[in-house]
Amino acid sequence: MGNSNDGVRGVMGRDGLDGLIVLLREAGYETIGPRARDGAVTYEAVESAADLPWGVAEEQAGGRYRLTEDASNAAFAHTVGPQSWKKYLYPPRQTLWTGERTGKGFTIESPAPEPKPYAFIGARACELAAVAIQDKVFGYAPHHGRAVGQQQFADSGYVRRRGAAFFVAVDCRRSADTCFCCSMGGGPAAESGFDLRLSELIGDGRHEFLIEVGSERGRAIFDRLGARPATTADVAAAKAQTQAAAAMQTKGMPQGAAALLADNLEHPQWAKVAERCLNCANCTMVCPTCFCSTVEDVTDLTGDKVERARRWDSCFTMDFSYIHGGGIRQSGQSRYRQWMTHKLSHWEEQFGTSGCTGCGRCVTWCPVGIDIREETAAIAAAPKNKQA
Amino acid sequence: MDTILPASGGFTADPMTPRPFLVTKRRKELSDTFTLELSAADGKPFAFKPGQFNMVYAFGVGEAPISISGDPDQPETLVHTIRAVGKATDALGMLAEGDMVGVRGPYGNPWPVEEAYGDDVVFVAGGVGLAPLRPAIYRVLTERERFGRVVIYYGARTPEDMLFRKELQAWRARFDVSVHVTVDRVTGKWGGKVGVVTQLIKSGGFDRHASTAFVCGPEVMMRYSAEALVERGLAKTDVWLSMERNMKCAVGICGHCQLGGSFVCKDGPVYRYDVIEKPMAVWEL
Amino acid sequence: MPHIEGLDRLLAEHPFFQGFDAAALALMAGCARNEKFDAGQNIFKQGDPADRFFIIRHGQVSIEICAPPKGRLPLQTLGEGEVLGWSWLVAPYAWSFDARALTLVRAVSLDAVCLRKKCEENHDVGYRLLQRFIPVMADRLTAARLQLQDLYAPAKAKAL
Repeated sequence: MGNSNDGVRGVMGRDGLDGLIVLLREAGYETIGPRARDGAVTYEAVESAADLPWGVAEEQAGGRYRLTEDASNAAFAHTVGPQSWKKYLYPPRQTLWTGERTGKGFTIESPAPEPKPYAFIGARACELAAVAIQDKVFGYAPHHGRAVGQQQFADSGYVRRRGAAFFVAVDCRRSADTCFCCSMGGGPAAESGFDLRLSELIGDGRHEFLIEVGSERGRAIFDRLGARPATTADVAAAKAQTQAAAAMQTKGMPQGAAALLADNLEHPQWAKVAERCLNCANCTMVCPTCFCSTVEDVTDLTGDKVERARRWDSCFTMDFSYIHGGGIRQSGQSRYRQWMTHKLSHWEEQFGTSGCTGCGRCVTWCPVGIDIREETAAIAAAPKNKQA
Repeated sequence: MDTILPASGGFTADPMTPRPFLVTKRRKELSDTFTLELSAADGKPFAFKPGQFNMVYAFGVGEAPISISGDPDQPETLVHTIRAVGKATDALGMLAEGDMVGVRGPYGNPWPVEEAYGDDVVFVAGGVGLAPLRPAIYRVLTERERFGRVVIYYGARTPEDMLFRKELQAWRARFDVSVHVTVDRVTGKWGGKVGVVTQLIKSGGFDRHASTAFVCGPEVMMRYSAEALVERGLAKTDVWLSMERNMKCAVGICGHCQLGGSFVCKDGPVYRYDVIEKPMAVWEL
Repeated sequence: MPHIEGLDRLLAEHPFFQGFDAAALALMAGCARNEKFDAGQNIFKQGDPADRFFIIRHGQVSIEICAPPKGRLPLQTLGEGEVLGWSWLVAPYAWSFDARALTLVRAVSLDAVCLRKKCEENHDVGYRLLQRFIPVMADRLTAARLQLQDLYAPAKAKAL
């Protein structure tokens, strides 16, 4: 992040949020932000601050998500919903190329890139952490994972969208019961990876936004916002709010999960969690770092035109590990183990970072409320057990 | 749009886009196995190292990871020996000379042939596992003077299921290669050995302190072969195996080929035995 | 007797008998003799008394099962240096399979009646001999189990 912008902060009113969205749209961005829709806060196109979910909070627990009313009428009273920015940076379905048969051969054409870059409004600290993790997976950022010789690839679509995207971060003023970012080395305040960062300051009769610059392009927008300079009291008020949010996180991920799980691949707990797990793949679909995909060919009726597409896949499906003769992971317990050990342990070996940010989505959206923290704790309580 | 910085991360083409190749020859090997010889539509040679693989694409049907079975010192012809076991490989089997396929690659870590310089070289192959080993055999025979004894152990299901039979005979006829073949079951006339390939390893024929072994076949066969080699005195660090897993991208981003903390596509498919021994033994990993 | 001395040395040099002391080797050499089988000749038949075991010095032996109407089904090929036959150790001392010379075979055979008697008299030798035979049996069992897997069989289910 640009050093010259360190500590450049201002304060603006609710109308400033509208100004921010207008400026981003004028700069050519497609503005994406939270909206309350179908009983959840989702990430959709927003045209003005009026589209934001003012006064909407939510309750979350294992297998439970309900919107609630927020008395303070904040724009960002909610925490994380079922979606993440992955939906835009690595869409659920992407055309890789289209082909056409020509005699005995065929031609290949790359798809046109999306017309506009994205500006994401309201990215939480855990979500920026997730983007930083996917940056390593898709080759946008280098990583210090397992040595892989000359084999290092970048996904061109991700790199293009990610490099062009503008991030407006928002600090969390509260934590849901499913939040555990603090125990994953993060916290409710965004520290890096944003162009602009917002803290919604509410209390003592005020409803304002502290705005902080995180990059050159953030600065270019900031300078046109007309925000008044921030005082130390404004900064302190924002910090107090995120500290309060951190204090709400009472259940964390046990420390040392990576080594613990690597040593307990044949622990009886896997059979126990398999008794509850439905193999529905919800956890992988809501996870902001899960990256697995498959490819499919779609042909027209003549078979002469083909679209080759990539779509999100899940390690919970039976054919995910298929090699001729059958799937490697036949049992539900080995598929759950694959997901959880990959996320918390093998990811470290692959990319030099955990694959979990503590956003808690996998806990909330699990239909039977399996809690990744509790499963890790159960193994930690009786480690090194071998199955018969 | 002048406030937007350009995308970072330099690259040219997306790794998911294939190169067009033409089928120049098709040869039936076994009842379900065939060999395609390919040449690049743009005429450029295809450089690869023994043990690497390609994603081979049949138009409108799909892709499959296929090891390269040709000679690395003849890069103008790309050779794939393919077993028809699914939609994509069935479609590849229907192709005729002049047809086009898509090729992405080469991918993966190769057999470290150079690490065997000065050593005896032991090849242990099972079934169609001889195909990924063949480029390494070609390379070793090209540089024959750099190695000690060269031993090939090959196990097949039946005499009819032996891959590259004529070539095995030609290698056996050389004075500087020893070839030992065994079958699991006898059908028809067979004057050779019966039994599993691990039994051949036990009979020795290589320097137990200065040998490098390259093993390829079904996972169970590789595990037991590696153990037999270690029992014969080889260090685990001198035994190399080639793993097979489901792959959709071959560049480490689709997640399908994960084996513990590694991706078979880019951390393998060739692994040193001491590295892969533990993950291989974990049930359904 | 030079004949016996020769077998004595031959046993001493064979990996199978490594670790036996001179007395034990002499004891066993007393039960040993050289044998020769022509290509195609039966060495033993299933059900016959297992009165010997063999150390193959040269040639190849096919262990087979007679399975009409398929004829002879070869199960395993043994070669130079390998041990042929362990039914002599297990009552009722009858061969479990057929053995047939595929090539000219030269072998040392050890008389089982003689050996069983000596093992009974000298449990130390008996124990050491069992120590040698159990790995051979374990090895054959492992090989048989792997063979049963039909590892290179064509895939039954087709890819999705």
